[in-house]
Amino acid sequence: MGDRIELDFPARPDYLALVRTVVTMIAAAGSKLPDTRIDDLRLAVTEACANAIDAERRLTTGHHGSVVLRCWVEPEQVVIEVHDGAGGFDPDHLVPHPPPQRPDRLQFERGLGIPLMRELSDGVEFRAEGGGTTVRLLLTSDPRR
Amino acid sequence: MASSERDGWAVLALSGEIDIATAPRVRERLYALLAEGRERLVVDLDDVGFLDSTGLGVLVGVLKRVRTQGGELRLVCTQPRIVKVFEITRLDSAFAIFDSIDGAVRDGSPS
Repeated sequence: MGDRIELDFPARPDYLALVRTVVTMIAAAGSKLPDTRIDDLRLAVTEACANAIDAERRLTTGHHGSVVLRCWVEPEQVVIEVHDGAGGFDPDHLVPHPPPQRPDRLQFERGLGIPLMRELSDGVEFRAEGGGTTVRLLLTSDPRR
Repeated sequence: MASSERDGWAVLALSGEIDIATAPRVRERLYALLAEGRERLVVDLDDVGFLDSTGLGVLVGVLKRVRTQGGELRLVCTQPRIVKVFEITRLDSAFAIFDSIDGAVRDGSPS
């Protein structure tokens, strides 16, 4: 069995750089994922945590909630779960962006995070849990792309 | 964030990591350049170590404003890990992306 790490951090943007650094260092040390997959992990984890922080920030007034990240590192794969307690959403009913060539694509500054996670990971799952959302990301050393 | 002037273009060199913590400062700086009447902008991403969807969103928003003002936004981006973020979101076809500041400030179509 591989290593399991858990981080419980305040839902604040300034924690994001620290969290992705910790996760990528642990993954690089404990798995055989190539550097390009570690880069993919760095971005996918950031997107998942940013969504969780955003959700908590929308919910709480005056004080910040927290985000819980769990990470399972094995030689051939890394699994990350990011949990927020901020209600939840339906990832299957996101409005798709217009194609990039169309001028109205520029109306959309947000909403790239989940497509990025789907593109960078070998598997993404969203589940409603504990009054919030848990995102589970799987990255293997043998990427599909 | 260092800005300079090159052949009529305002060049903003970004560095470090751009995410939800730092993207608002990038947005402010670029919107300030637009508010000063700068309509031809080059954003140099070659010293950027990390760019997430929030950073991409800022660039999309600036591109929209620049076009509304009749100006132009060009990006300099050669680092594979940053180029990849544009490619997988297919935004590489929305932006004019160049290999160098020299290339970006030259007239003509993107390389």
